Amino acid sequence: MTRLHLDQEQIDRARDSARRIARRVFEQTKPFTTTTVERATVRLLGVDGVDENMVPLPNRLVSHLQEHDLLQHGAATSVVGAMIERGWTAQQVAEAVAAGTLTIGRCQDEQDEAALRAATTAEARKMCDHIARQRAHRDREIESVGESRRPWLYLIVATGNIHEDVLQARAAVEQGADIIAVIRSTGQSLLDYVPYGATSEGFGGTYATQENFRLMRSALDEAGASVGRYIRLTNYCSGLCMPEIAVMGAIERLDMMLNDSMYGIIFRDINMQRTFIDQFFSRMVNAYAGIIINTGEDNYLTTADAREAAHTVLASQLINEQFACLSGLKPEQMGLGHAFEIDPGMENGFLWEIAHAQLVRQVFPDASLKYMPPTKHMTGNIFRGHVQDALFNVVSTVTQQDIHLLGMMTEAIHTPFIQDRFLAIQNARYVFNSMRDLHAEIEFRRGGQIERRAQAVLTETEQLLAQIEGIGLPAAIGKGIFADISRQPDGGKGLDGVIAKSGDYFNPFPHLMFEGAH
Amino acid sequence: MAQRLVKPYGDTLNDGRVQLSFTLPVALDDTAKEGARQLALMMGLENPAVAHAEAMGPDFSFFIVYGQCTHQLDLSTITVSRPEFETLDKDRIDRLIADKMGRKMVVIGACIETDAHTVGIDAIMNMKGYNGHKGLESYHHMRAINLGAQVDSEELVTRAIEEQADVILVSQVVTQKNIHLDNLTRLADLLEAEGLRDQVILIVGGPRISHELAKELGYDAGFGTRTYAEDVASFAIHEWSKRNAA
Repeated sequence: MTRLHLDQEQIDRARDSARRIARRVFEQTKPFTTTTVERATVRLLGVDGVDENMVPLPNRLVSHLQEHDLLQHGAATSVVGAMIERGWTAQQVAEAVAAGTLTIGRCQDEQDEAALRAATTAEARKMCDHIARQRAHRDREIESVGESRRPWLYLIVATGNIHEDVLQARAAVEQGADIIAVIRSTGQSLLDYVPYGATSEGFGGTYATQENFRLMRSALDEAGASVGRYIRLTNYCSGLCMPEIAVMGAIERLDMMLNDSMYGIIFRDINMQRTFIDQFFSRMVNAYAGIIINTGEDNYLTTADAREAAHTVLASQLINEQFACLSGLKPEQMGLGHAFEIDPGMENGFLWEIAHAQLVRQVFPDASLKYMPPTKHMTGNIFRGHVQDALFNVVSTVTQQDIHLLGMMTEAIHTPFIQDRFLAIQNARYVFNSMRDLHAEIEFRRGGQIERRAQAVLTETEQLLAQIEGIGLPAAIGKGIFADISRQPDGGKGLDGVIAKSGDYFNPFPHLMFEGAH
Repeated sequence: MAQRLVKPYGDTLNDGRVQLSFTLPVALDDTAKEGARQLALMMGLENPAVAHAEAMGPDFSFFIVYGQCTHQLDLSTITVSRPEFETLDKDRIDRLIADKMGRKMVVIGACIETDAHTVGIDAIMNMKGYNGHKGLESYHHMRAINLGAQVDSEELVTRAIEEQADVILVSQVVTQKNIHLDNLTRLADLLEAEGLRDQVILIVGGPRISHELAKELGYDAGFGTRTYAEDVASFAIHEWSKRNAA
């Protein structure tokens, strides 16, 4: 494989810096939980459904515990205590709380507390076993049905109606998609609950609900069997309900989740304390479920200039990698994101795209890199757009990317028509096939422009990470280092859902899902 | 005015040649292909020819069709509504604000409601601007406040009151099933209800926005693609001067 000559010690120093940055944030968030982490926990214990006002029962249950000053101990033991007392399931407990017929109390006795924790852990193990079975099921499916060579073709459906999405997804699979992402309805990231059931109305996308996950999963299993390759399903584990979406995805065997440690803070103005806590729990669930996370560094380049901000992408990827490590994600589960967003009018812009993509490839040799197509400089001239996408496809195959989000010539006009996807797949397949082994045949000129550019980005990355390490990540975000957007530690949405843990806080899932988590 | 008759041009004047592509939700066969041709006829194209037909899986077919447009049109009869002002450069705008207002012009911007795409509002407002055209933040005599994405109309109006905004700038980029129209109407209604509508200059921008549409929705101006900060700023100071001339 063709390689750039880079300073490996510099890469190591940058990574060490990122490790310390992530660790410091992690230590700061440890004394806290959040309402959505606790809702995710009760979902893992089997609570689902909604009340007569369509309020999810996990919300009703966790609000109840909060009102009775119990949440800081962790929802799990309170719920399991009530289950044991009445011989009920967690679902029955939640229903009784919602109906107003049950008030949950607190176990006082210390010996009982130890027994309760053991019982809670035993109860928690059931869902862990289910998720482990789902993971094994995926492995078996991939084994028996097979899968495509990388880069995998990643396609988006976004009709707003899950039943329509299923039709579009099936058509996309027939045409050659390896990964189907169901874009969420705009605004869902700011809902502090997860909608319920199959949904047929959304804007710019479809609501992420557990039932919608299930419907799409089953359609893709069917479609995958007929085309002879396993089709991966992707959704959005982001926003105010990150941990709950992770749980739903783990239960329903999703394969990938958009799950960035900082995206919500920067682009959705979600409080950073909340996000750091939530991303940890959600990534732990994703890690356990064998899900590949996708990070959102590509978004920096839609706001900031792609060439000037290239080092912020690499710095953020290194930070995302270290947060992912803390949650137990393996390198191959890290779909670190980047994008082809340099102004097409820039002289030698294509060289810089190659430099950036190859740099990321070499810094993260084992990651499942996610490469995003041009969006910022797509103009509505679909003919030029198709060429931009073709150049993007070339860089992707030459630099050996893993997850390839297909560019649409109609980007900036509308959500894709069925033929837009078809033509995009045709474009990518042509390039990938025709250039299959090109990467092994070419070498970068030693000390040439591409290599110098990559080395310069790496140097800037190391400097930026040193600067972030000096002031801490929250302050760095406050200074607008990423995407030129500034956020403050006490600003943003969802801070009211951050709860200080009491000394006896207990949650069985970190113990079961990830040994290093506690 | 003299007539200016036009029709599409391929390689000979008035040949009327056009191309189009579309999908039919049926399997590709000779019937589907002939159906595509006849549909083009029904669209008013003469001599339609299916240049390319391809199956997209078992249930859909894709067609590229060429034909001749039979219509022609007199351009001299067309009027296009656009905001009437002259686009000035950044320095002149700054000087004009200083002269006319004697203080900074306050512009508050946001991508409202469901829209999460800040690319438009950022291009106009952020320091860096777009394509070499500096954004409103870089204007010395402007205070430009970019609230970002998914801002509720209520929140935008509240901030506009707090900041005593002269101009409200909203962006709507991504839309599905025309939700951007609902969003924009909601904001205009809210300003009206608060009795603020006449006190602010209300501007909307986005790829699907025309000045005519903006006027219909009760906005002072609408800007489509290829608009830069100086266009918006020039309109704003022009409109402000007009309103405060008396």
